[in-house]
Amino acid sequence: MQYTFSDEQEEFRLIVRRFMDDKSPTTEVRELMATDQGYDKTVWKQLSQELGLPGIHIPEAYGGQGFGFIELCIVMEEMGRALLCAPFFSATALAATAIMSAGTEEQKLTLLPDIASGDTLAALAYNESSGHWDPASTALTATPTDDGYVLNGAKSFVVDGHVADLLIAVARTPGTSGVYGLSLFSLPGNSGGVKRRLLQSLDPTRKLAQIEFDNAPATLLGESDAGGTTLPHILDLAAVALASESVGGAQKMLESSIEYAQLRMQFGRLIGSFQAIKHKCADMFLEVELAKSAAYYAAAAAAEQAPDFPAAASLAKACASDTYMKAAQECIQIHGGIGFTWENDTHLYFKRAKSSEVFLGDPNYHRDQLVLRWEN
Amino acid sequence: MTDTNTSAGGQAASEQEIRNEVRTWLEQNWDPNLSLLEWRKKLIDSGWGVPAWPKEWHGRGLTIGLGDAVDDELRKMGAVSVAKTGVRMLAAATILEHGTDMHKEKFLYQLLTGEDTWCQLFSEPGSGSDLAGLTTRADFDGENWILNGQKVWTTSAHHAKYGMVLARSNWDVPKHQGMTYFLIDMDQPGVEVRPLRQMNGHASFNEIFFTDAKIAPEFMVSKEGNGWKVAMTTLAHERRLADGIRSWGRGDKGTGRVYDEQKAEIATVMEPYKWYPQRAGRVDLLIERAKATGKYDDPTVRQAIAKVLIMAKAAEWTGRRVKAAHALGRQPGPEGSLGKLAGSQVARLAAQAHTLIAGADAMLTSEDGAMDGLISEILVSVPAESIAGGTDEIQRNIISERGLGMPKEPRTDVDRPFRDVPRNTVG
Repeated sequence: MQYTFSDEQEEFRLIVRRFMDDKSPTTEVRELMATDQGYDKTVWKQLSQELGLPGIHIPEAYGGQGFGFIELCIVMEEMGRALLCAPFFSATALAATAIMSAGTEEQKLTLLPDIASGDTLAALAYNESSGHWDPASTALTATPTDDGYVLNGAKSFVVDGHVADLLIAVARTPGTSGVYGLSLFSLPGNSGGVKRRLLQSLDPTRKLAQIEFDNAPATLLGESDAGGTTLPHILDLAAVALASESVGGAQKMLESSIEYAQLRMQFGRLIGSFQAIKHKCADMFLEVELAKSAAYYAAAAAAEQAPDFPAAASLAKACASDTYMKAAQECIQIHGGIGFTWENDTHLYFKRAKSSEVFLGDPNYHRDQLVLRWEN
Repeated sequence: MTDTNTSAGGQAASEQEIRNEVRTWLEQNWDPNLSLLEWRKKLIDSGWGVPAWPKEWHGRGLTIGLGDAVDDELRKMGAVSVAKTGVRMLAAATILEHGTDMHKEKFLYQLLTGEDTWCQLFSEPGSGSDLAGLTTRADFDGENWILNGQKVWTTSAHHAKYGMVLARSNWDVPKHQGMTYFLIDMDQPGVEVRPLRQMNGHASFNEIFFTDAKIAPEFMVSKEGNGWKVAMTTLAHERRLADGIRSWGRGDKGTGRVYDEQKAEIATVMEPYKWYPQRAGRVDLLIERAKATGKYDDPTVRQAIAKVLIMAKAAEWTGRRVKAAHALGRQPGPEGSLGKLAGSQVARLAAQAHTLIAGADAMLTSEDGAMDGLISEILVSVPAESIAGGTDEIQRNIISERGLGMPKEPRTDVDRPFRDVPRNTVG
């Protein structure tokens, strides 16, 4: 198992970090989060053409960079640290991963190159308004027709679903239940019968859409009824990608806390000299490092197809979600009153931590999964 | 001065040459039917017992790495090693670095044969985290140093022949400058050893009372007032010792007189540590216990178990991450100092989960308790994990100040004569 990054991977991280430092200062984040579109097309183009990030883990045969899941997670971590507003998580980490896992060879050849180039924005329409993260909760139906399928029902919490050119939707054959009869489908975002609404998200840096399907024509992605098999793995990979992003955000919260504790004077001394503050920072540091280890292990387990990957994925998601949320809370606490103001950047991270805590399953859900998956 | 890392020909000996040499020697000399003492004397005299020690003191002046290779050859042959384990190795390291030739002559040999057991007399009832605040006093009466005071948490003191003791010899200078380090003969009227019973019922440690105990001046280590610096050498080796306890507990496998005697020695030395696995929380038992009791079906129990697993696995992977980075030649970061703090939290969470799994049985102990009292031993041993070897609070100070570069708390105890520093009345 790879426990630390290679020199090449560390070098790659630095390149991504420099790009993020340059393109995603919080002034930029604040501007973009106030827009409906939610990202900067020029930056997205640079990120695609100069660094090739949207195709990072897509094989070269499908127009990607041909790196692995570990590199994808490095990108996620650095984007999380900079709170980059861009459709990378939705298109590359979620949708492209789904296509790579479930699509036929021909579909990969057709769909992936445009995602890899950054020209196509894709989104994974998985969750529904019930808010359950278990694939069995899927209610959207896919009814076979003479030349394909039609989708009926609704999806919710679709990351960047409002701007996606391509939707990958999870639906079930009418009359089936549980994990049986689940399949993945692809359809253009602007198809007839598709109605999209941008939701008002608590985290304005992560845009969520509700999508209604009214006899929307769709193409089966991969094999029929295979969703019960492919989805858990797709969701585990997505959870690890999100955990990596959370780890980057949590690290930023730790650094911000330490920095402020060494600037702010009260009672004639730096607040960082009080044990009440420095012990908090030591605990944050411990938790952030543990969460990094969990995320890195899970990424390596995915890359090496280790048998304990499902357990490691749930472990990493639960650990990173809790850590990010706690780090953001403590960062506000250490900043005191100013930490609660709109002007201070901490709340931007706090809100990302909150949406990431819940998305793809909250820590309680993943802790339970962890134990149930432990020996299997 | 000769270069201690070169062979007779003046060329540095390669690891393979060293391995060949020790193997040849072992083939000619290793005999499991010798007594433990006979064998160890032979081994010490050959210089293969502690090859990384200086040539003039039972070693061969090899590097630590080559010394490990020699140990490896001993292991392969199933040959028992010298008694280079336990608290005595703290004494050895300190004597080698700071002791006089007389100290080395008098103590090192019998320390390696295992004839002499040592104990470390640092902590006091009045100074735990603040070791430099100790108040055991050493006064020179013109002939001897006279020791008065109390030490605590001393492992193996009841069978130790000698002790390393840190005492205050000057009360008119700042705290760190007024301590002196001595080697004391434990077998004398002024030294009283009492077992200290812990909350888990075991008595793994002792309290030591000094009442006009005598130390001849030549048993001072380094010079008067330099005790803190010498103690730092001892403490630097303490962590390595803690790592060694686990592997050493196994002993060598084989039949013959030497093995039997080694087994008896290990049993005595390991006795105080038998509850240490329970102190760490016994994470390994959780899922098995949950399944055996049917509590596995309770989602609140699964939550509790998951919290332990997350903390324990993430801590384990952090350790591996640090090692992997080190192997690539990278500078160690502050994350290397997190293990102890993580261990405390793992232990607490594990005790919580074990309680949920045991249910009402958590109220019982010994034969009436779950797993014949093993579970209750976890519950009443875990509180030591966040105290022994440096409390969590001290760990957090170290991590935040040295690791994260945060400012130190202003101190009022280091800039004045120790006499004027407020302190406990105990001890």
